[in-house]
Formats: sequence, structure tokens, C-alpha cells
Amino acid sequence: MEDLIQVVDWSRLQFALTAIVHWLFVPLTIGISLIIAVMETIYYRTKSEKWLKTEKFWMTLFAINFAIGVATGIILEFEFGTNWSNYSWFVGDIFGAPLAIEGLLAFFMEATFFAVMFFGWKKVSPGFHLASTWLVSIGVSLSALWILIANAWMQYPVGMEFDPDQMRNVMSDFIAVATSPVAINKFFHAVTSGWVLAAVFVIGVSCIIAAKGKNLQMAKDSVKVAGWIGLIGIILTMWTGDGSAVEVARVQPMKLAAMEGLYRGEVGQELIGFGIVDEKDRDVKCKIAIPKGLSILANHDANSFVPGIDDLIDGIALTPQGDTINTISYAERIEIGKAAQQALRDYEAARKAGDNAALADALARIKANYSFFGYGYFNSPQDAIPPVALTFYSFHIMVAAGGYLLLLLIVALFVVYKKPEWFDTRIARWVGVLSIPVVWICSEAGWIVAEVGRQPWTIQDILPVQAAVSAVTAQSVQLTFWLFAVVFAALIAAEISIMVKEVKKGSEREITE
Amino acid sequence: MDSIKDTARKVVDLYVDGFRNMTVGRKLWAIILIKAALLFLVFKLFFFPDLLKENYDNDDDRARAVAEQLTTR
Repeated sequence: MEDLIQVVDWSRLQFALTAIVHWLFVPLTIGISLIIAVMETIYYRTKSEKWLKTEKFWMTLFAINFAIGVATGIILEFEFGTNWSNYSWFVGDIFGAPLAIEGLLAFFMEATFFAVMFFGWKKVSPGFHLASTWLVSIGVSLSALWILIANAWMQYPVGMEFDPDQMRNVMSDFIAVATSPVAINKFFHAVTSGWVLAAVFVIGVSCIIAAKGKNLQMAKDSVKVAGWIGLIGIILTMWTGDGSAVEVARVQPMKLAAMEGLYRGEVGQELIGFGIVDEKDRDVKCKIAIPKGLSILANHDANSFVPGIDDLIDGIALTPQGDTINTISYAERIEIGKAAQQALRDYEAARKAGDNAALADALARIKANYSFFGYGYFNSPQDAIPPVALTFYSFHIMVAAGGYLLLLLIVALFVVYKKPEWFDTRIARWVGVLSIPVVWICSEAGWIVAEVGRQPWTIQDILPVQAAVSAVTAQSVQLTFWLFAVVFAALIAAEISIMVKEVKKGSEREITE
Repeated sequence: MDSIKDTARKVVDLYVDGFRNMTVGRKLWAIILIKAALLFLVFKLFFFPDLLKENYDNDDDRARAVAEQLTTR
């Protein structure tokens, strides 16, 4: 048991490390490919060489990010096969199908149009080149779509049926999987947040370039394009973030409760803007809150009830009038889960014995109890609570950083259009540079909320981490964790060093084609 | 037939000239190749076996092994 806990913890840590590193590269690729496509469109329409020069500069940084980041996602698939083999088998084709489409699409789009985009300037017509640049940008986002569909399915499993003979979930409705509201919302939230990240990156780098004065016009033009894309992106990110909150309230209420450090909910629940979580006292101290804010955010109804962690565990909800409604408590869910698992054991025994009547009876019991199958692995309802403090702080960091970035993008556009003399100043350079880590922290914090907040589930309500993990030793996972840590550190160092060199080139000498 | 050959030659030229004229791209390709070699020839081969594929001969055995794991934890 001790070793299983260690295997689970190290496997989670390794997966978290890989996913966090992978996500350092992905949003920049998504966003900067769009910025480049817009720049090339302006060049195509105006035939102004300055836009060609500008676009080519950002294409170099895009290529660096792409090259360093490519294949970091493959490592996640390695980990599925080795550390999470029960999970990999159990999800069956539901997870495999979107990932296979992603692989094919990414390969086709990237191998073809990426090459035209970089090598084809004098080989293909300007119109074909522009189309290729847009197709790279669209292809990158479509790749993300399939990954996010797979991720959304884990958070809200739909369109499948459990087949105990194959011991895996079988896709019964591809459309339901692909168009799940959680998936659609997650896709737009992640992609538009990528636009914001790349926009802030471009603005930050442009501030460095502007401060040197050699390519001031290029820097200003870049901020204009990035500023608008970033502003549109952050408005859409906030809008889809609101949609995410509604979906989380509906399908993962425990995650929402953890995001707010909410143990006992109320009708007209407040939204905490700042606070310190005290997990021991099951409370948030020193809080600054917006009255009825969480009810509005979660249910778009100021007088609605938002359940806290203990309400969910006890199976209690309140009507707008404050009357108590009993729902299924976690203790009952555990009983149902255990019944489903016993039915599965009986099914396996009947299968071996060739007893068709017992098989049919066990199958009926599996189906009747399957929706809470995963709760059967818990000893106590407390086992189903995610890490509250980490989820709470990640959520609040994301929101605070998002607010700052909205302000930054508005100010950047104001400066570049109305006060251009402020642009190449020391303050602008520092604000620009320091905002680069803020946008990455914001983006990563969002993923920490999504993934830590859904713990202990790998598949919501169906498979917790302790069942999903492989029968491997903790030592073997520890070893590969540290190996990856070294490789990732080297990759990040390479990315930063090559990028800094290219940015220096861009700031210290006039860029020509 | 000639037009297909012509198109194929143009595609090959696109890649050959593109690779030949790369500047920072050479360094990036070196990083990609080293990374790919490390991932697929070292990590995948020695540290990340597909456990179910390696330890069991067919899908039914794999399913039973997972059933055993999921009903005994």
C-alpha cells in the first residue's frame, strides 16, 4: 500500500512536470502562428516590405519555439503506456481516436505547410504562401482541438459504454465525445489564451527591441498586431472562462468548491477575490469577497446555491429558499462503487466458469452501478477531495494575472497609438519584459486548476489515480522523473539562449530581409 | 506524366534548397534530431516499455490482467 501511494505520487508528479513543460511551448506556437498569419496578410495586401521583414523576424522565434517544443507531448504518451497502463487500457479507443486524428492531422499539416511557410518564399506564389501560413496556424489549433477533446472526456466522460469483456470503455457516440460542451469550451478557452500568451510575448520582446532604437517601427507594428489579437484573445478567454465555471459547477462541483476553498456553501454564495486557505480549520482566512459572486459565476443566478466540499460529501443541496434537498452522499457513492466492483469480480468469475446466468446478472449490476464505479476505491469520502490549497491559489493567481494582462494589453494599444513617445522608454521595456513570465504563470495556473482540481480522478467518477496507475515500482518512476527534469531543463535553457540571441540580433542591428 | 515529375522535382527542390539555406534552422534541426534520438532510442526503449503490450500476448490476456488489477486494489 505504501509503495502504491508512492507510485501514484511520483507518477502524478512526473505527468505534471511533463505537461507543464509541454504547455510552455504549445500556447506560444498557437498564438504566434496566428500573429504571423495576420502580419503576412497585411504584407500580402499592402506589399510593404516592412511587414515582410517583421513577419520573418517573428517566424524565426516561432521556429525556435516549435523546434524545442516538438515531441515534448510524445513523452506524455510514453507515460500512459508505462506508468498509467490500467488507465490506457481502460479508456480504450475513446482516448486513442482523438489522439490518432491529432497525430495524422499534425503530421500532414506540419510536414506540408510548415515547409512551404519557411522554405517557399521564392518557390510558390504569394497567395499560396499566405494560404500555407494560415493553414499552419489553423492546423496547430486543430491539433490542440483533438487533445482537448480527449482531456475533456476525462473530466466529463460521455459517449461511451463499459464493456467488461474487453475491460475497457468503448466509444458509442463519437459526436457526443467530440462536441461535449466541456470540450468545446475548453478548446476555445485554451486556444484564445494562447493568443494572449503570444501577444504578451510579442509585446515584451518588442519593448526590448524598441529600447535599442534600431527597429523601432518594426516593434511598434508588432505591438499593434499583437495588441489587438491579445485584446480580442483575452476578452474571449474571459468569456470562455465564464463558460468553464458554469460547466465545472455542473459536472465537477467538487473542483469548483476547491477553487474557492468552499467547505459549506450558501444560497447567494460570495466569490473570494483574495484569501488564505486554512485546510485544517476548513475555512478561508483574511478574505476579500464579492457578495453573491460565486452564485452568479457558477449558475448565472445571484440567489442560487453553490455546494461546498462538505455539502457534496454529505449529499446536501439547498433550494433558493434555503430548504434542504438530499442528493447522493459520497458515502452512498462509495457503496455503489463497491457494488459495481463486486459485480465486476462476479462477472470475471462467471466468465471463467462459463455460467451465462451469473454473467447476465453481474453485467446488469455493473451497468446499474457503473456511474460511481471509481468511488469503490475509496476508504472514506475524504479521499475524494482534491488538494484544496493548490487549486484555490492557482485559480486566484490565474484570475489576478488575467486581470493584469487585460490592463496591460489596453495600455499597450493606448501607448502605441496615442503615446508612441512612451514606447521606447526604460519603464516600457521593464513592464514588457516582466509581463512575459506573468502570462506563462497565468496559463500554467489555469491548467493546474483544471488538473489538480479534478484529483483524485483520471476519469471523473470512474477511475481514480490509485486504480489507474501501473504495477511498477516507485523507484523506476523516480529515476525517469529526474532524467526528464534534466532533459527539460536543457531544452528550456536551449530555447531561452537561442531566443535571446535572435532577439539581440533584432534589437542591435537593423533587420533586413 | 511530365507535369507530375515536374511537380515532384519542385517539391524536392523546395526541401533541398530550404535545408541548404538554413541559418538558425541548422541548430534547431540538430536539437530536434538529438531530442528525437534521446526520446525514441533511449527513453522509449529502455525506460518506457508499453507494459501491457510487452507482458501479454493478446488483447484478452491484457484485458484480464487489467481486470485483475482493477478488482484487487
